[in-house]
Amino acid sequence: MSEQDAPSFDGLEKGQVVATREVSFTRDTLVRYAGASGDFNPIHYNDVVATSVGLPGVIAHGMLTMGTAASVVEEWAGPGNVVDFQCRFARPIPVPNPGEAVVALTAAVGLLDEETRTARIDVTVEFEGQKVLAKAQALVSCA
Amino acid sequence: MPVNPEAQGRSYGPHEPYEVSRAKIREFADAVDARSFAHRDVAAARAEGYDDLVAPTTFAVVIAQREEFHVVQDPEVGVDFSKVVHADERFTHHRPIVAGDVIATTIHIDKVVSRGSVSTVTTRAELADTDGAPVATVLSTLAVREDA
Repeated sequence: MSEQDAPSFDGLEKGQVVATREVSFTRDTLVRYAGASGDFNPIHYNDVVATSVGLPGVIAHGMLTMGTAASVVEEWAGPGNVVDFQCRFARPIPVPNPGEAVVALTAAVGLLDEETRTARIDVTVEFEGQKVLAKAQALVSCA
Repeated sequence: MPVNPEAQGRSYGPHEPYEVSRAKIREFADAVDARSFAHRDVAAARAEGYDDLVAPTTFAVVIAQREEFHVVQDPEVGVDFSKVVHADERFTHHRPIVAGDVIATTIHIDKVVSRGSVSTVTTRAELADTDGAPVATVLSTLAVREDA
C-alpha cells in the first residue's frame, strides 16, 4: 500500500521468523486499551463483574491481544502494509492485580504468493505456554 | 432467550460519520504497542508515502465497535451483553486509514447460528469514505451463552 516502507518479497522463506516480542499486560495496559478503543466492558477492569460472569477475574480484551499481535507484524511489514488480519480468540488472558501477564508473540512466514507478492504471516501468541489466539493470520503486501 | 435467527440479514446505519484524529491514532498506537513513527509524527508518515498519520492495523475496531453497539442494543436481536464472548475478528483493508479520514459505516448481520446453549452472531462492518469508496471491512463474531 505504501511502496516506500513495504518489505521485500524476494528472499522470504516459509517458516522464517520475521519478528518476535514479549509483552507484559497489567491492569494499566487494560485501562489504556479501554480508553483508546472505547471498549468499556467491565470484565476488563472490574473483578466483581468478571467473577460474577464466571471468569477467574479480570481478563485482557481479545482485541488488545490481537492489536498487539498486529503491532508485531507491523514492526516488520511497516504500518499500512498489513492488508488483512484475522484471528479466533481461543483462550482468555487473566490479568492479576497486582502483577502482570507475560505474553510471548512470534510472527513467521506461513505462506508466500509469488503472483501477488503477498506474504501470509502467522502469529503465535502464547500465555503460560498455551496459545491464546488461533489462526492469527496477516496478509502483507510486499514490494 | 436465544438470539433471534430472523435478525440475520439486518443492516444498520450509516449513522454519524467518524472523524479520524491524529490524537486518537497516537493514543491507540500507544495502547497496542505499535511502535512506528508513522503513527505519531506527520513528517515520518509523509516520508513513508501517507497523507497523514497512518492508523495501526486494528484501529478500525474503534469505528466498527461503535456501530456493532447498535446490533447489541437492538431488543429484536436479543443479545445479552453480559453473556457475550468475542469469538473471532477479521480486518480487510481496502486502503490504509489516515488521520483526517471521515468514515461512514454500515453494519450487516451476516449470520446467526444457534447450537446447543450457544448462539453466534457474525457482523460485517463496511467502512467507507465521504466519496463512498470502501476503506475497510471488519468481520466480528460474538458468542452468546444462553444458560440460565
